[in-house]
Amino acid sequence: MVDVTVQTPPVETRAVRLRHFWSDYRRSWVAVLALAIITTLVLASFGAPFLVPQNPYDLAQLDWADAFLRPGQTGSGGYVHLLGTDNAGRDMLSAILYGLRTSFVIGITAGILALILGISIGLTAAYFGGRIEALLMRIVDLQLSMPAILLALVMAAMLGQGVPQIVLALVVAQYAYFARTTHGAASVERRKDYIEAARSTPLPTRRILFKHLLPNVLPPLIVVATVQVASAISLEATLSFLGVGLPLTEPSLGSLISNGFKYIHAGRSWLSIYPGIFLMVTVVAINLVGDQVRTVIDPRNSR
Amino acid sequence: MTDPILKIDAVSKRFTRMPGLAERMIGKFTGGGKPVVVHALSDVSLQVMKGEVLGVVGESGCGKSTLGRVVAGIHAPSSGSVTLNGQPIADQRGGNIHKRTTQVQMIHQDPFASLNPRMKVGETLAEGPRHHDIIPARDVQARIRELLEQVGLEGAYADRLPHQFSGGQRQRVAIARALAMQPEVLVLDEAVASLDVSIQAQVLNLFMDLRRDLGLTAMFISHDLSVVRHVCDRVAIMYLGRLVELAPADRLYADPRHPYTRALFASVPTVGTGRGRFETIKGEIPSPIDPPSGCAFHPRCPFAGPRCLVQVPELGALGQGRTVACHLNDGGVELQKGAA
Repeated sequence: MVDVTVQTPPVETRAVRLRHFWSDYRRSWVAVLALAIITTLVLASFGAPFLVPQNPYDLAQLDWADAFLRPGQTGSGGYVHLLGTDNAGRDMLSAILYGLRTSFVIGITAGILALILGISIGLTAAYFGGRIEALLMRIVDLQLSMPAILLALVMAAMLGQGVPQIVLALVVAQYAYFARTTHGAASVERRKDYIEAARSTPLPTRRILFKHLLPNVLPPLIVVATVQVASAISLEATLSFLGVGLPLTEPSLGSLISNGFKYIHAGRSWLSIYPGIFLMVTVVAINLVGDQVRTVIDPRNSR
Repeated sequence: MTDPILKIDAVSKRFTRMPGLAERMIGKFTGGGKPVVVHALSDVSLQVMKGEVLGVVGESGCGKSTLGRVVAGIHAPSSGSVTLNGQPIADQRGGNIHKRTTQVQMIHQDPFASLNPRMKVGETLAEGPRHHDIIPARDVQARIRELLEQVGLEGAYADRLPHQFSGGQRQRVAIARALAMQPEVLVLDEAVASLDVSIQAQVLNLFMDLRRDLGLTAMFISHDLSVVRHVCDRVAIMYLGRLVELAPADRLYADPRHPYTRALFASVPTVGTGRGRFETIKGEIPSPIDPPSGCAFHPRCPFAGPRCLVQVPELGALGQGRTVACHLNDGGVELQKGAA
């Protein structure tokens, strides 16, 4: 055959790349802390039934006698209410962790669905171009020019209360960000020779879209997805606070804040402040993680 | 080397850019805002024989890459046809390609862009043949190893990603990808232009070996006359979307007939000529949006006469398998009675 000396480049497995990613990621201790906080919150909220003394969904476990206990007081159940209780005698820590779980479920579900919808629209527009692109992207632009909260509010008011309705409202409010990001990245990628090579082979359009184009536009989308999950969580909280989100029987952080807000002038500030702190910490931590992921995967920062 | 396997028949390709809404509105006042048409190919006819390597040479923007893309079925020709063994290479409906042949495969210039950076090379090699049932599913792995070894790589490299390879190695992968489809014709679009000179030689030698072993037919598009001389049987010279000279490589290099071909040869820097003088072609390449009248080369041609300004020269046979499109070879550059 041909006489060539071929040097063997080091094999870079997925595990090695993951280790590289982590060693880049941990250069910011703030981001590491944020990741630790999110992990703790996710574990605590999904493990809430095993961690907290009370199920705030179960009205049989609530006792009116325990209403408005201050943080640290012991209630009739015989345990300490670390963050106090609300007007129905609900243990606030339990309610917050259950509420956080609802917020995570809604935020992540809405984020993933919006990601899928946005990717479909962005890829279709970028790959086919022409009128399809013009039509789809103008709709997206139109939507991006409106505040997401306004759109989510209208949608939530139309659809009514409940988890699926809120998720749908959030998806409609957020898919446009994913569509725009996908479209931008895919427009660059689709002009590259490997797409042309795949088309001239020829490979079916579906395979080109999902095996060639999609994997190459995914990295920036992961960052957007992280930030959008945080944004979905705070949007949901806002909707619930405004009374168009979830009912108090299914506590989310927003409805807890909203409920406590009624008593804030009665000196029972813990009802609003603690869920508020949890919400803020969650959203800030997710954003910090997203920022650091962006920094690490940015090719300009590669070593 | 007798039957034409690939026939390019009177192919023209125009790219039209429609003005946007804003441009059209502004154009109402300024007189602009009209569609911009680029004549990338004008009436190109060529035949490639079985087992032959045809070189296509010209400056940047002369349409040689467009010709390669039309032959590979990436662009639909605006008029004319490309047939392989008498069959059209692609189904065309309304200016769009619907179904392409697998029998023409292309190798791109830049191996850093032509391989999907997130797909293992084994998968890159396997997906085409798998989808078109060229190889039985159980033989795919063995075939990938065989292909990699055929292009001078190790079979075990199938599990690697493109970024773990050097430029030359990537170009070998791109060649293997094309060969995996078992094509009748390869189109190499500046396939070695982006490689280091030493790597160029390796890849060219690989190509020559494969050509000998597999009896490949190829269209070798390049701007590098010395590379073309090394690998091609016949050479087509293009200028501004037109074919200006076509001749067997040895004759073309010994005795170029078209003034443009001569100018091209004169502009090649050679080693060992002492002072390193070489002629540049005077003037700029005219815009393909607004090509010159008559012979497209006349504004830069030292021999141009009045006839060249008004009449497009036809390709004329000169014997010995060569054709040239120049008035010097069909009756002179002066205006004749009846002509014009």
